[in-house]
Amino acid sequence: MIQNRTSVIWRHLEELYRHRSLIAALTGREMKGRYRGSILGFFWTFLNPLLLLLVYALVFSVYFRVKMENYAVFMFTGLLPWIFFSQSLNEGAGAISDGGSLVTKVLFPQQVLPAVKVAANFANYLLSLPILIGFLWYSGIPLTIYALAFVPVALVHIVFTYALVLLLAAANVFMRDTRQILANILTLWFFLCPVLYPLKQVPPAFRFLVKLNPAAAFTLAYHDIFFWCRWPDWRMLGLLALLSLVMLVVAIKIFEHYKEYFAEKI
Amino acid sequence: MSSEPVIEVKELVKSFRRQMLKSDYTTWKTLLLKPFSRRRREDYVTVLNGLSFQVPAGRTLAVIGQNGSGKSTLLKILAGIYKPDAGEVLVRGRVASLIELGAGFHPEFTGRENVYLNGAILGLSKKEIAERFEYIHSFSGLGEYIDAPVRTYSSGMYVRLGFSVAVNVDPDVLLVDEVLAVGDEAFAHKCEDKLNQFRASGKTICLVTHDMGAVEKYADDVIWLDGGRIAAQGEAKRVIDAYRQKVARDEDQIRRREGKQEKAEKLEQKRWGDGEATITDVRVLDAQGRERAVFETGEALTVEMDYQLKEPLDDLVFGIGINNAHGVVCYGTNTHIDRVELGQAPLKGTVSVFMERLDLVQGTYTLDVAAHAKDGRAYDYITQVTSFAVRSSVGDTGVFRPPHHWRLTAREDSP
Repeated sequence: MIQNRTSVIWRHLEELYRHRSLIAALTGREMKGRYRGSILGFFWTFLNPLLLLLVYALVFSVYFRVKMENYAVFMFTGLLPWIFFSQSLNEGAGAISDGGSLVTKVLFPQQVLPAVKVAANFANYLLSLPILIGFLWYSGIPLTIYALAFVPVALVHIVFTYALVLLLAAANVFMRDTRQILANILTLWFFLCPVLYPLKQVPPAFRFLVKLNPAAAFTLAYHDIFFWCRWPDWRMLGLLALLSLVMLVVAIKIFEHYKEYFAEKI
Repeated sequence: MSSEPVIEVKELVKSFRRQMLKSDYTTWKTLLLKPFSRRRREDYVTVLNGLSFQVPAGRTLAVIGQNGSGKSTLLKILAGIYKPDAGEVLVRGRVASLIELGAGFHPEFTGRENVYLNGAILGLSKKEIAERFEYIHSFSGLGEYIDAPVRTYSSGMYVRLGFSVAVNVDPDVLLVDEVLAVGDEAFAHKCEDKLNQFRASGKTICLVTHDMGAVEKYADDVIWLDGGRIAAQGEAKRVIDAYRQKVARDEDQIRRREGKQEKAEKLEQKRWGDGEATITDVRVLDAQGRERAVFETGEALTVEMDYQLKEPLDDLVFGIGINNAHGVVCYGTNTHIDRVELGQAPLKGTVSVFMERLDLVQGTYTLDVAAHAKDGRAYDYITQVTSFAVRSSVGDTGVFRPPHHWRLTAREDSP
């Protein structure tokens, strides 16, 4: 029984690895396809976060006059990974149900489709990092050795996101309102993460809302390594890693169980 | 080559949930409100019901059957896209399915980019595609359009490119669903060559098609699916004939049902005459006297007409005419030409003309009937009163099919 369970998970991951060139090709399609035919083309990948940054800086630093040093860049540091996370969930939820003939007419491991959504959004996140770093530097915050922690933090973040995307993609095949519900949950979730405000602003009585929120833990970790220039809370990161792995195992099990009905349901 | 069959199917059962009829999709709302609503038995439609067959290596199997008989479902199960509900399915070797051509093509990308993408989807590595790219390109015949976005392609170009990638996957087992008729004639020939090449190199092919010509040309074995079961199986010619007869019978029923409605109207239209005599009903019958609308070439056919006279007529002539779909009169005759003495015909009666052999080629024919005077004055003349179809397993052409045979003899030229 246990042997069987591990083999399902192992096969799922092995298939992902074996189809890495397909994932790369589909990710390329996803990213290039987004801006194909537009005048600025691939520059939109950079322009989007840049424009977003300008708007947020205008609203919060100029209009609201938030009393915090380098507030705009602080917010931007947390916003970029949130965009990666929420966009992955949003697009990933429809990965199977919008897969069309790729699901119903061709045979390849279906987990490739949600994986591509995560990969494409992560690649977008990576591409917007130079803008973040440039902006940090402009604000007088140097890039330090602590930025190396980006690698483990991002890895755990990817696993966490992929697990959720698998669940959502499978659920949306059978219950098409999953996406609508998700969109609302994401809005709520965004405000519960310390992206627009530092943790200090949260009254101690409400801190548990942040502490119990895994997405908030990621935000804090990114703040640590880029904005505060210190190591992230390793204990927290360890817990997150554990949580993410457990979620991944559960998600793969559920996804693999319902996988065979995908082609019929769409 | 191993003696093990490449495709093995045992007691395969597949049913689908009948869901599209009622509420569209399940939602979280319905799930929360009715978490225990049981899926009832009648909610399922059995599409494949206990199929068993084998395909030995290097053979070509064709699956035929009417729409909805489960052909495509079977192919998707062989391709691994659907899972069987019960039974065993075993396919040995690398499978390529030509079920969907150009799956995953992105309209904004060029043909070249899409070849790489589609190849990756079909399981080729980047290196493998690069090696085959020139061949794929020339096979598709797209020329310089390969670097144009796919959205600018005609549907023919699109399918050609998809086919060119798919056949280059180099599979052991090829699954083909109704895609042989793609592109123009030149490309169709290329596809034919490719398929023959596959056959010659000992690949196993499973083919789903309605094109009986293709089945006869390629298939070693044929399976005829009817309502999810194997209705007949075996050598191509025999199964196709059985299938055609079944189709003809079904078609006959439909035509007769439609014909009944139409006939009532037709008796009023395209009709002239002074009404001294009226034809009240026309029937087309087979040798057993049953009404039929589809005949095999060479079968017996009888036309029956019910008539009524206002008063006794002594120059009454009945006639019929058979026209093909181009409006060509294939045959026309009447009682006067045939020197049939009707004598003093009763005021109400039925006149029948028996044809021992209907030697017409395949096609749809319409029937004209008439009651007129010997000098040609029409009492009642009705054109296209009914139609019937002639089916033939022979592909001969023309208008009629005289009974014939061929012989070849050697000739000794005397010195």
